[in-house]
Amino acid sequence: MSDLITADLVDLDLTGEDRHQATAALVTRLAKQGRVTDVDGFLADVRAREEQMPTGIEGGIGIPHARSAHVTAPSLAFGRCAGGVDFGAADGPADLVFLIAAPNGDEHMTILASLARRLVHESFKNSLRTAPNPDAVVTLIEKEVLAR
Amino acid sequence: MKLVAVTSCPTGIAHTYMAAEALEQEAEAAGHEISVETQGAAGATPLTAAQIAEADAVVFAADVDVRDKERFAGKPTVTGSVKRAINDAAGLISEAAAAASSDSTAPKPTAAPLRTQNAALGFGSHLRQWLMTGVSYMIPFVAAGGILIALSFVLGGAEIAVIVDGGTFQGTEYPGVSDLSKLFSEAGFAGVMFKLGSEAFSMLVPILAGFIAFGMADRMGIAPGVVGGLIAVAIEAGFLGGLVAGLLAGAVTLGLKQIKVPRGVAGVMPVVVIPLISVFVVGFIMIVVAGGPIASVQSALTDWLGSLAGVNAVLLGALLGAMMGFDLGGPVNKVAYLFGTAALASDNLTVMAAVMAAGMVPPLGLALATVIRRKLFTQPERQAGEAAWLLGLSFITEGAIPFAAADPLRVIPSTVAGGAAAGATSMAVGSTLMAPHGGIWVIGLIGNPLGYLLAIVVGTAVTCGVVVAAKHVRRSPTESATQAESSATARQAVAA
Repeated sequence: MSDLITADLVDLDLTGEDRHQATAALVTRLAKQGRVTDVDGFLADVRAREEQMPTGIEGGIGIPHARSAHVTAPSLAFGRCAGGVDFGAADGPADLVFLIAAPNGDEHMTILASLARRLVHESFKNSLRTAPNPDAVVTLIEKEVLAR
Repeated sequence: MKLVAVTSCPTGIAHTYMAAEALEQEAEAAGHEISVETQGAAGATPLTAAQIAEADAVVFAADVDVRDKERFAGKPTVTGSVKRAINDAAGLISEAAAAASSDSTAPKPTAAPLRTQNAALGFGSHLRQWLMTGVSYMIPFVAAGGILIALSFVLGGAEIAVIVDGGTFQGTEYPGVSDLSKLFSEAGFAGVMFKLGSEAFSMLVPILAGFIAFGMADRMGIAPGVVGGLIAVAIEAGFLGGLVAGLLAGAVTLGLKQIKVPRGVAGVMPVVVIPLISVFVVGFIMIVVAGGPIASVQSALTDWLGSLAGVNAVLLGALLGAMMGFDLGGPVNKVAYLFGTAALASDNLTVMAAVMAAGMVPPLGLALATVIRRKLFTQPERQAGEAAWLLGLSFITEGAIPFAAADPLRVIPSTVAGGAAAGATSMAVGSTLMAPHGGIWVIGLIGNPLGYLLAIVVGTAVTCGVVVAAKHVRRSPTESATQAESSATARQAVAA
């Protein structure tokens, strides 16, 4: 599962007026790697989930995500956004954005579950905030998620 | 202290597990033992009966219904949203600990936190959640039944329905097939498909009602919901009756579950008492209270239509078309359809044509809307849209029910408008039809087929346009609500 995330899926200077633009930028990265077949279709699935209840959580985290037929491989795209993007969390905008793309079917869910569990750990978030480059982010996520 | 928790979120790939992790961290920090059941996409490892029995309190961190909630009956319970568990796990854990302590001194579990947390979700989003639960269990029946019926018309022609069920078609009397073992030899492959499709279709409303009630009141809701749905069919109340029956069954069951009984009786409540009373109450209300009004509305409509037959044909077409689209296979739709067949029997072939065009339009218009404005529809609705093309072309108006059941106030106006447009156009171009069913597959029997296709296209476009516009109207309130929420948050931040 070393290819859950690659350096091509990390954007340390994510920009976007709102959560939809920020999400779209990350989805474009997934599409370039062939992990998402239909950008608009997948965005619609993510947006549908986002409208049920915003995915932002306190501590500057946004986790747009969806299970979708347009996804070919379970993937994580990560964006760091210095200015912050509002993901609907009660304490303000998110500076760490995790886009989780899951294909239909149940076989990859365990890895995504253990990723989600790491996201509530302060040390993990702080390491991501200070990671110097995309490769460091990838190494960090692989180490933390696979360690469990 | 020993705690158990269940976490559950809409997609089941992120928040479910984050909430579980946060609860485990905080419980450990506070010196409690906790076991968490994550009802997510990676599959739940259920809590064991021993874990639940030993637990001093239960935490539900869920934005969707917790499965098998009955396991925790009688335990002190704290309920919060998944986000609350992630953001404020410590608060939930200490509430749970407090609930457990107060429970040991007072026998009644503290229901107060549960009530307030639930109210925070809002009645509107609950209602939509319940309706979507019913719809998502119903869709497989629509797809299987509708497509089997459609294919049976393709293979067996427009007369397949009367060959199987009996009746008159173009002057020929068919006895129908009463002995199922002879169905294949007498009606052929198409006959078997039609019969199977009809059986699947007969379950639409009972399943819808049963699983709306399930969404509201868990397993206990299914029995009164399904029975209420069957009665809705029997009194010809259609899917609108099914919505009423499902909500009624859920409400009655929820009410019965609130009743506090002595411990000795508690065991038989879910097994005997609640099913018995809820089925009786729901059934009684559906038959005695709702049955009369529905039947009288129906007979009044039939009389009124008969008196209207002389007036402007286009207006009649619009009216019948609107009725076809109103309840999508329910009593109003059936009155219009019967009127069409009655006109057919008295050699007026234009009314039947208008009725069928209007009945084809609702699924077609909604299917078109799911294609051109995907984002306005949920994933199950888009899948229903794919099936709706074939259902609409086959004059199976029920193909629109999944949409109407999920969002009746916006979908029904669109199907009424589209049906009216199709019915009026068909009358205006003077199309005729001598078959009582069959959709596009009996186009060979239609007089002025090009005009007829025009009527269907016009109606489809109107339904599509109205539903897209109406769904945009829904959008703005939710978006402005979100904006209001975030600007309120911003103000708080500024004030702080």
